[in-house]
Amino acid sequence: MKHRTFFWFFLPTGLAMLLFIAAPIVSVVIQSFYTPHEAVLVTVENCGPFGCKEETTIDQEATRELREAEPLGRFAGFSIYLDRGHLAVTEVGQAWQSSQSVGEFFGKLGNLPFYRALAFTLTYTFAVTPTLIVLGLMIALAVNSLHRHLKGLIIFFSLLPMIVPPLLGSLVLFWMLDSRGILGSAIQWLANDPGLSLKASTPLTWIMLIVYGVWSSAPFAFVVFYAGLQTLPSDQIEASQIDGATRWQQVRFVVVPHLMPLVTFVALIQLMDNFKVLEPIVGFNAEAHAQSLSFFILNDLSGETWLLSSASATSVMTLVGVAILLSPVLLRTWRDFKGKQ
Amino acid sequence: MASRARRTPASVLLFSNGFIILWLIIAAFPFFWILWGSFKVELDFFSIADWTNALTGKNTETTYGRPFTGAGYYGAFVTEDFWRNGLNTLIVCFFVVCTSLTIGTLGGYALSRSGFRYTFWLLIIALIFRAMPPATLVAGYLLPFFEWNLWGILPTTIVVLVAINQPFTLWMLHSFFQSIPKELDESAKVDGCTQFQAFRHVIIPVMWPGVITTGLFSFLLAYNDYVVTTVLLSENNRTMVPQIAAFLGTTYTEGNVMFAVAAVVSATAPLFILVLFFQRQIVSGLTAGAVKG
Repeated sequence: MKHRTFFWFFLPTGLAMLLFIAAPIVSVVIQSFYTPHEAVLVTVENCGPFGCKEETTIDQEATRELREAEPLGRFAGFSIYLDRGHLAVTEVGQAWQSSQSVGEFFGKLGNLPFYRALAFTLTYTFAVTPTLIVLGLMIALAVNSLHRHLKGLIIFFSLLPMIVPPLLGSLVLFWMLDSRGILGSAIQWLANDPGLSLKASTPLTWIMLIVYGVWSSAPFAFVVFYAGLQTLPSDQIEASQIDGATRWQQVRFVVVPHLMPLVTFVALIQLMDNFKVLEPIVGFNAEAHAQSLSFFILNDLSGETWLLSSASATSVMTLVGVAILLSPVLLRTWRDFKGKQ
Repeated sequence: MASRARRTPASVLLFSNGFIILWLIIAAFPFFWILWGSFKVELDFFSIADWTNALTGKNTETTYGRPFTGAGYYGAFVTEDFWRNGLNTLIVCFFVVCTSLTIGTLGGYALSRSGFRYTFWLLIIALIFRAMPPATLVAGYLLPFFEWNLWGILPTTIVVLVAINQPFTLWMLHSFFQSIPKELDESAKVDGCTQFQAFRHVIIPVMWPGVITTGLFSFLLAYNDYVVTTVLLSENNRTMVPQIAAFLGTTYTEGNVMFAVAAVVSATAPLFILVLFFQRQIVSGLTAGAVKG
């Protein structure tokens, strides 16, 4: 295909991505270095019968004019990144100096909102992804040994948790796990503690969210692995059986290596998706106990006034996180690409 | 295969079948429970006194004389005008799927047919875009959209969703077009067609399976989106998902949880039907990316 023809074919989609993905990133990066103008103050001297007093008031007109002239606000450099709502350099430094042990230091770090969101996002991502891969593999192996007619039915029901909007899926689970809901009461009965509420405890909330994450994403891993199992050469399995491999050894040394490229694929997709986690926190009404980076950004934008600079700074740091997550894959692809030439 | 199945010991069979039944319950039971519960009153839905009330609907019967009631649905659709949000979702999904497929097929086709090095880099850039959380982009939209009076209306949301959809659409259609032999359009070009004519007359007639699969995923992405629709739509133009999120704030205070439950069931039902009819396409779409690597 000629360069010209390619250009015209690719133009609409390229333009859409340029305008609505690339440009917003640039705009977010710029915004993160600016902060809204402070109100313009004027000091006037009021002289009355009891002498003169100096009064400071906000000059509304001048403030509005200044804000209209420079809608971005004033340049703030890295100060937004370093303030208490984000990297909180001062507070971290104080915590480091006043803490006796590493544990105490991390405890203090957990009180800072940005670090709390980061901690939850990372815990969620790295707890959910391996669990769902293992669960998906187990379901795929079990379903593969079933009769043909049953498989379609099971795949239908398995797809449901993945296909419903994450907010709705998490709401359904949340209502079941509510202390008055069916699972919530069952857990109270099992634990023999009528006052037990999953919502009230931070560790239990985290577990609840992770369970939701596994529930909603395991079907994806299952379907991909199940498709991979269909291409498993039967002579390899038979050969291993002749060599006396047990069932577990067959899975460990024949099936899993065969599925390894798919495991990498699922892990990559799920790492990217779980890092975006947001809807479960809204659905489970869990923001008091768990906040993710995405939630942190949206929280800044949902109030009366948009805290654009703060949201932008978090966005930029989230993007850095995505880049770090993605870097091994990109490096490998690049090496493969170089190798091919 | 049959010979191997015969050799499967009973204990393994029992374990694997038990495991599947357990998984089926975990996967499907919540949906049956919410469908059943949506026809009850709140006291039965959250059966605090006696869990069997959720099955028999004792409190529903004392209130309405029947064990089932459509009060939640009436509240959601008539009192809260939820049908309006359903209509908005329909409009958004329809236009997102159409636009995204039109520009995506052109781009994906071009990527699969051009042998130059930049196609590789374009696909990598698309992968990076695919990895970025939509929440990080919305802060960049607000200021310009508000300045130009584009905030709050459906067309803006549609365009943004189309753009966010593109990286995924491109990857999927790219791998699909690669499975269509190059010789097909090459021979058309030898016969004197331009590239676009070859695409129009040779490729379009055979591309529908891949396009339908990709369209399904575009639909799901638009239907399931929460971030973009929450931030970019005004209160009157909300689609179903942000409206349900908004219900949560108001209903918990007013005690109308059943409105939200009915709305959740109504928003989930179309997806059941979708999976029922398009299960094969969805499965093939999920695996397509994986097999191509």
